Amino acid sequence: MKIGIAGSLESNDCLVTIKDSDVLSIKVQSIVDAFYHDQIVELIQTVLEDVNMAHVDVTVIDKGALNYTIKARLLTALHRMEASHA
Amino acid sequence: MKNNLGREIFDQMKAFASSDAFEQEKRRLINTKTTEGSVVFLKNIEETFKYVGLKNGMTISFHHHLRNGDKVINFVCDAIKKEGFKDITIAASSLFPNNGPLVELIKDQTITGIVTNYINGPIANAVGMGDLKKPLIMDTHGGRARAIESGDLKIDVAFIATPAVDKEGNGSGKFGPSACGTLGYAIQDLMYAKKVVLISDYMTDNIIEPELSKHYVDAILMVDKIGDSEGIVSGTTKITRDPVGRKIARDTVKVLEALNLIKDGFSMQTGAGGISLAVVEYVKNIMISKNIKARFASGGITGQYVDMLENNLVDTLYDVQCFDLKAARSYRENRRHIAISASKYGNPFEDNPVVNDLDFVILGATEVDLDFNVNVTTDSLGQIMGGSGGHADTAHGAKVTIIVTNLLKARLPIIKEKVTCVTTPGEDIDIVVTERGIAINPLRTDLIETLSKTKLPILTMKELMNIAHDIAGIPSNYEMSKEPIGYVRYRDGSIIDTLYKIK
Repeated sequence: MKIGIAGSLESNDCLVTIKDSDVLSIKVQSIVDAFYHDQIVELIQTVLEDVNMAHVDVTVIDKGALNYTIKARLLTALHRMEASHA
Repeated sequence: MKNNLGREIFDQMKAFASSDAFEQEKRRLINTKTTEGSVVFLKNIEETFKYVGLKNGMTISFHHHLRNGDKVINFVCDAIKKEGFKDITIAASSLFPNNGPLVELIKDQTITGIVTNYINGPIANAVGMGDLKKPLIMDTHGGRARAIESGDLKIDVAFIATPAVDKEGNGSGKFGPSACGTLGYAIQDLMYAKKVVLISDYMTDNIIEPELSKHYVDAILMVDKIGDSEGIVSGTTKITRDPVGRKIARDTVKVLEALNLIKDGFSMQTGAGGISLAVVEYVKNIMISKNIKARFASGGITGQYVDMLENNLVDTLYDVQCFDLKAARSYRENRRHIAISASKYGNPFEDNPVVNDLDFVILGATEVDLDFNVNVTTDSLGQIMGGSGGHADTAHGAKVTIIVTNLLKARLPIIKEKVTCVTTPGEDIDIVVTERGIAINPLRTDLIETLSKTKLPILTMKELMNIAHDIAGIPSNYEMSKEPIGYVRYRDGSIIDTLYKIK
């Protein structure tokens, strides 16, 4: 199985874990769930569409990261997943 | 029913009108009582309960000077449960995480009421879940003194953790293994409770100038240990090293300088948060370089202020509560480090409470809204995690009240359209300093005029909020439950907001 991990559980960061998968699955667990859950899921969907990745299982444990942080962690995790395969 | 701030409050209760509404009211005082030297020493807590006539349904009080190291609250409550008492109300000036064992007593209705000024940890969570039978009442430090002296908060028995007692029945916070310094929050309990028990672990000869005079004391109970001295130290007494926090502190000092507030004979109070401590450090440097001496500093006193006192940068410290052991030591040794009661500190009905003499106060915030209302009682989901303490008291008293806060904390914008809970009314908040800009209350045209001549980044609160939204995104609306579990009582006794059950 391919897997890529990026980020941390520090405040204002997030830990992104991506695995290859038959179906798209996005799980977000955030300390700001009540206020930003939907926006975070939407961001992840947009990034995955941009890089044409439809078959992944994404888990984000978020400690209040801003969108650009989440995006950067996600892209890095994707690269690491690809690299783990190579 | 709604109060003047548009906040929904319990029916039939006195609604908050404005922060100076109390000026139209008369001070109400119940009688103090005297025990005239009839202090008895009791053998154990069970005998103590019998002696003071503790009964179901009574209100018992505690102070929080031993903070997270206090052992007395848990000790007394544990005994209350073992003796089978029910329906007890706890009037504690604050409750901390170490009081977690009380949760079980709340659930089995040994404890059915809580009146306090600050509460965090397991009890706050349990109350938030709706476990407390009666509504939680949250006072300010000055407001609690007012509530006690007026009889709004009737205390049947005050159990006062006392670091040192003498054979006459006097008590002091200066000596003993748990010496915590001043005992300001216990003074109204001492004077107005129907029965007063000092609980101590240290007996000494003849205390001179006791904070707790034997004339009010009914009984003394000696125990093994009343507290852990390390737990007395406040959790937030480190100067921030975070560059954002330091920028906020620097800009705050620029504001103070522009308003000419740092000059000979000035007075100040600051909270114990990391940014506030950095502000004090910068102010201290200015005082040294310009040879300026302050008249007084007040509040919960930290070691930082002790350094200023010992270096002759400030004449007097008015101390209601020592935040660390250095402050406790200073209070014991230095005649210019003066103990004040919670009433003298912030009771609106005192002739001249110390807060009214403050040139400026620096305070924190969990949320601030477009009307400058501040929340330090709950988080953004409505979970209780603090309380006013002296926030609303100093904000009203000081000539200039400055809030220092990051614009965002863990993505959440601190500036909201409406705060989740109002602790301190916006009319008493003058300036809000964030790393992205400074907002000035439109009511303070004088401050706006002076500060707009400077290069400081002055923005409206709305502009600050929009910047936060640009960075973090607009938070989605969160609907709190409609089920009230308590209320926030303003210092004058009116109700400023309601607390709701957590979803």
